Amino acid sequence: MSILINRNSRVITQGITGKTGQFHTRMCRDYANGKECFVAGVNPRKPGEDFEGIPVFATVKEAKQQTGANVSVIYVPPPFAAAAIDEAVEAELDLVICITEGIPVRDMIRTRYNMQGKKTRLIGPNCPGIITPDELKIGIMPGYIHKKGRIGVVSRSGTLTYEAVAQLMALGLGQSTCIGIGGDPVNGLKHLDVLQLFNDDDETDAVLMVGEIGGSDEEDCARWVKDHMRKPVVGFIAGVTAPPGKRMGHAGAIISGGKGTAQEKLDVMESCGIKVTRNPAEMGKLLKSVL
Amino acid sequence: MKIHEYQAKEILRQYGVATPQGIACFSVDEAVNAAKQLGGDIWAVKAQIYAGGRGKGGGVKVARSLDEVRQRAGEILGMKLVTHQTGPEGQVVHRLYIEQGVKIDKEYYVGMVVDRRQQRVCLMGSSEGGMEIEKVAAETPEKIHKVFIDPVAGLSQQQAQDIAQKIGIPVSCVPQAVSLLQDLYRAFDDSDASLLEINPLGLVNGDQVMALDAKMNFDDNALFRHADIVALRDLDEEDPVEIEASKHELSYIPLDGNIGCLVNGAGLAMATMDIIKLYGGNPANFLDVGGGATTEKVTEAFKLMLRNPKLQAILVNIFGGIMKCDVIAEGVVAAAREVQLTVPLVVRLEGTNVDLGKKILADSGLPIISVTDMADAAQKAVNAAQAKPSSCGCQS
Repeated sequence: MSILINRNSRVITQGITGKTGQFHTRMCRDYANGKECFVAGVNPRKPGEDFEGIPVFATVKEAKQQTGANVSVIYVPPPFAAAAIDEAVEAELDLVICITEGIPVRDMIRTRYNMQGKKTRLIGPNCPGIITPDELKIGIMPGYIHKKGRIGVVSRSGTLTYEAVAQLMALGLGQSTCIGIGGDPVNGLKHLDVLQLFNDDDETDAVLMVGEIGGSDEEDCARWVKDHMRKPVVGFIAGVTAPPGKRMGHAGAIISGGKGTAQEKLDVMESCGIKVTRNPAEMGKLLKSVL
Repeated sequence: MKIHEYQAKEILRQYGVATPQGIACFSVDEAVNAAKQLGGDIWAVKAQIYAGGRGKGGGVKVARSLDEVRQRAGEILGMKLVTHQTGPEGQVVHRLYIEQGVKIDKEYYVGMVVDRRQQRVCLMGSSEGGMEIEKVAAETPEKIHKVFIDPVAGLSQQQAQDIAQKIGIPVSCVPQAVSLLQDLYRAFDDSDASLLEINPLGLVNGDQVMALDAKMNFDDNALFRHADIVALRDLDEEDPVEIEASKHELSYIPLDGNIGCLVNGAGLAMATMDIIKLYGGNPANFLDVGGGATTEKVTEAFKLMLRNPKLQAILVNIFGGIMKCDVIAEGVVAAAREVQLTVPLVVRLEGTNVDLGKKILADSGLPIISVTDMADAAQKAVNAAQAKPSSCGCQS
C-alpha cells in the first residue's frame, strides 16, 4: 500500500501562483500519476484562474469540495505559511505537506495547538516532502532518483535523504515511500509516527531512518522501535562533529544545554536494537545487511 | 539572535518586570557618570557580552565608591572575557552596564524555552539561582520544576503560583512573583523569543522579587516582524565571517579543522563534516549553500573558506536535485578561477545532470580532483590536506 500517499491521492497546491509553487507543481504533475493527482490550486486573490489547466480556487475548502482533494502541499511564504496549514486543517484534509522554510516557531506552536483532536496529519514544515516512487511525488525531491520497492525512508533533511536513496538504488533497493519530516523544531509527523506507519504497511520490509542533532525525536522513536517494531530499522545521525550551541542550517539542528548530540542519539538507537552507522557513505550497505 | 543583558532588561521593564535601575555605558567616564546619576553607595559593574558565565570570568564586579566604579570599569572595559560559553579565545568587552546595588536575600532561577516534545513554551524554575542550570539539571534534576504554557490562554495564575511556591518564594512574595512570571511570558510571546533566562531572580531588600540578570534570544525566523529587536543587534559580538556569510544567505559556521566543505543542504553538510572526521581529517567549517546556489554564491562561499589561514583543502559535495550539477560545476570552475585557488579542490557531484557537470570540471583545465561517492571524496580530501601544500596551486 505504501504510506500516506498513493496514486489515489488528490492534491491541492497552496501557493500555486508563486514561482516556487508553479515550478514544483509542474515537476510533480509530470512524475508518474501526477497528472491525475494534482487537481487544484489555491490563491484567495485568483479564484477562477488556472495554472496550466489546474483550476485555482479561493479557499482550500472550496478546492476540496469541487475536486475531492484530500491532500495539500504548501509553498506559501513563511509569514503566511502557518495560516495556510490552519486552513487545510480546518478543511479536514487527510494530509498537509508544508515545504516552506523559515516559519516562526511561535506560529507553529499555535498551529500545532489548533491541530489537536483534528484528523489532519502534517509533514514538515521545512521539508522536501513525500514520494511513493512510480506513483506520486509531492514535494521538491528529484523524482528520477527513486524506484518502487520495499524500503521505507524517513529523514529530517533533504539532500541527505537523496543521498540515502541513491545509496539504496546503487544496491538495487527501491522504496515503498520516502518522507522528509523537516528540519524545524516544532513540526508535524515525527520519526516515531512515520515508523508506526511503516510498521503497519505490508509493502515495507525495512526502514532507513536518518536523523540529525537537536531535540530527542530519534531517541523517542528508538524506544518505541525496541518494543513494537516488527521490521528491521537501521539509522544514521548527522552532526557528530557539530559544535554545541550553533544552529547547523536547520532551525532545529542545534545542541542546546548539552542535549541533542548525535552521540547520545546513536547510543540510544543502538541500545534499542537499531543498527547504526557513523559513516554516511554506508547507509545503503547497512540497510542491505539487515534484509 | 541574541541581545545584551541591558537590552533584555529594557524590554522586560516595558512589561512591568522589576529590575534594578541601570545605565549602559561605552567608556569609563560614562560609567562613573552613570553611577552618579543612579545614586546610592553601591553599584554593580557588569560586562555586556552575549556569552553567559560573566561573573565567574571576572566580568561582574561590585563597587562601593565612584573611584572604585572608575577602577572596575577600567579593568573590565576592553578586557578579553573568557567564560565557559566564549571558548578559550574569549570575547572583548565593548559595553558596560552600571546597576544600582541591591541587597540580595535569596537567588532563584527562572527560564523559558520552547519544548520540542510538548510543542509548547516551557517555564522552568529552580531554587538554585545563580548556578548554571545545565549543571543543576544534571546533578539535581528534582530541583527543576516545569510547566508547559497553553499558547492561547497564556501562563495561568495557577501555573505561575505552582512554580513560585515550588522554588521557595516566601508566601508573602508569591503574588509578586506570579505577576512577574506572567509578565515574562508576555514579553517572551510578544517578541518571538526562543529563550528567556532570569538567573538569578532575586529576593531583594527584604520583600521584593526582581530580575537581577536577563538573557533573551530570539527566533531568527520571526525577525521580519521585529524591526525594533533587529536594531539591537551588536555586530561586535558576532564572528565577522558569519556576518559576511549571512549577507550572501549562506549558512556558514567556522570550525577548528583544515578541510573546507561546501555542500548543498544542512543534513548533507553535517554528514560531510562527519565523514571527513571519520576518515581522519578535520572539517574547517559547516557551509550550506542552499537550494538555489548561483555562481556568485559559490564564489562567495569559496572566499569565505579561503579567509581561514589553516585551510589545506576544499571538499565540494553536491547532490543535485532541483539544483543541477552542471550549474554548480560552472559555479565551482568560475569561483576557483576568480579566487585563484591554491589549495587542492575535491569535487563530488551526484544527481541531476551529473555527467554534464563532470565534463565541465574536466574540460576546465583546473586540477580539480573529481570523485563519485562520498567515501572517496572524504578520503581524497583528507589525503590532499595531509600532503604538503604545493606552491604552484592545486595539484592532485
